[in-house]
Amino acid sequence: MTVKQAFPGQAALRQTGRLYALGLDVIRCTFKRPFQFREFIGQFWFIASVSLLPAALVAIPFGAVIALHLGSLTEQIGAQSFTGAASVLAIIQQASPVVTALLIAGAGGSAMCADLGSRTIREEIDAMEVLGVNPVQRLIVPRVLAAMGVAAFLNGLVSVVGVLGGYFFNVVMQNGTPGAYLASFSALAQLPDLWISEIKAVIFGFVAGVVAAYRGLNPGRGPKGVGDAVNQSVVITFLLLFLLNLILTTLYVQVVPPKGA
Amino acid sequence: MGVEVAVEGLGKSFGRQRIWQDVTLTLPAGEVSVLLGPSGTGKSVFLKCLIGLLKPDAGRILINDTDLVRCSEHTLYGIRKLFGVLFQDGALFGSMNLYDNVAFPLREHTRKSETEIRSIVSEKMGMVGLSGAERKLPGEISGGMRKRAGLARALVLDPQIILVDEPDSGLDPVRTAYISQLLLDLNAQLDATILIVTHNINVARTVPDNIGMLFRRELVMFGPREVLLTSEEPAVKQFLNGSRIGPIGMSEEKDEATMAAELAAGATMVDEIRGVPPQLEPTPGLPDRQAVHRRRARVMRILHTLPPAARHSILASLDSTDRFAR
Repeated sequence: MTVKQAFPGQAALRQTGRLYALGLDVIRCTFKRPFQFREFIGQFWFIASVSLLPAALVAIPFGAVIALHLGSLTEQIGAQSFTGAASVLAIIQQASPVVTALLIAGAGGSAMCADLGSRTIREEIDAMEVLGVNPVQRLIVPRVLAAMGVAAFLNGLVSVVGVLGGYFFNVVMQNGTPGAYLASFSALAQLPDLWISEIKAVIFGFVAGVVAAYRGLNPGRGPKGVGDAVNQSVVITFLLLFLLNLILTTLYVQVVPPKGA
Repeated sequence: MGVEVAVEGLGKSFGRQRIWQDVTLTLPAGEVSVLLGPSGTGKSVFLKCLIGLLKPDAGRILINDTDLVRCSEHTLYGIRKLFGVLFQDGALFGSMNLYDNVAFPLREHTRKSETEIRSIVSEKMGMVGLSGAERKLPGEISGGMRKRAGLARALVLDPQIILVDEPDSGLDPVRTAYISQLLLDLNAQLDATILIVTHNINVARTVPDNIGMLFRRELVMFGPREVLLTSEEPAVKQFLNGSRIGPIGMSEEKDEATMAAELAAGATMVDEIRGVPPQLEPTPGLPDRQAVHRRRARVMRILHTLPPAARHSILASLDSTDRFAR
């Protein structure tokens, strides 16, 4: 449905606009009754089931890598006692929400996009609209909310597993002191770190859900179009995630003073 | 009684590609109309515009004095409840069995109890001859069954306007005949306005009260069935005969040169199909089609404006029905 191009890049701009419009529609329809509770529970369960195990498995080596890296770094500058503090900060603030979002987008979002895409080309979405049911409210809102909810919970899980992995590798492999690792947790980290972690996870979940839904509702022609749409939805989500992460982190650093400063 | 759908000066294009323009027609309330056209002339696009899934670039679509092209989304969702649409492949929800598919509109739009829903659903499933297949998933049944299930779902909210996209695609001639009969029976029972989009000549010749044809990016004609069936318009004649001879080519319209060359080569029509076959009647036992009486009154009023061949055929059919009545 491309109208003639008035200036280069107009198509990209239009796509961006429509993505935003869908995001706003989702927010608007979230408060519209009736809420699709069964769809929500079903999707929540589905996204959790496909992303739970991979998230835990990714979290262990991620935590370990950060711990090992920091361990050797802190040893060189003689600050071993802060290893725990630094790795906890890195895992909770950065690694955990990003890992969570990557998995929600990669595992849950791609499945969601494929499902919606195949429904679109089979005219199911059209049929639903014709039956007087708003597909955004009926299908998209529960999915996006489920992605956000799972992201929040998964973020907690990834944080815990990541910290445990870091602890294990620091103590066992690098002969760190268990007491010092644990005691230093609160030396640098503070409660807002946990908040920003959860806020990031929820926002990333929203973005992953909306992008997957947008590409799913607007696939190219035929089965190949759906395949391309799934691929693009994952890539677009990843790009947006890292950009958003940068913005949120910058804001956080400006707004929340670091501990002891 | 069904609702009249008035389309005025409708135009639609995708990018630089114009699909059709200046389409003006009125689907008379409660009558069955067919929209014909070669593949790729935008028949399905026209259907999607009628239900507001696509936005036309120009023109108006008036239903109950509301312009579908310019009304708010909220009004559009309200008006859509008047419609029952049968998509080409049925467009059933793949994750639900047939029963849940047919019950879906009731569960979304009414506060009926499950017992009431069950009785309505089994009635509609019976109407399309699908009793006993309620627990099947759309993936497990044949194309014809999917179509009929889609029809049952379209009927469940007692629509005033039924739009049917290619009822014959993927069906054998016998099943197509059954579907045609079913659509006509539905018209007798519900008195709903029906628009069938198809390129099946048999359906076009025997089912509708009115026929229109899209060709060369515009509506060639639209009117009582006799007008199109007796038309001498080359494209219409060629299409109704399913012949290679005429202005319709394999891909787009033929150019004049090819056509002249064909004629010069002495290509002639074999077994030319002409005339106006009798229209299908509802299955005996069903109520009379009210549309027949309304249409007769309407056609008689405009009789003097119709071409002579059509006029002749209408008068002949009147004579025979009157004789039959006596």
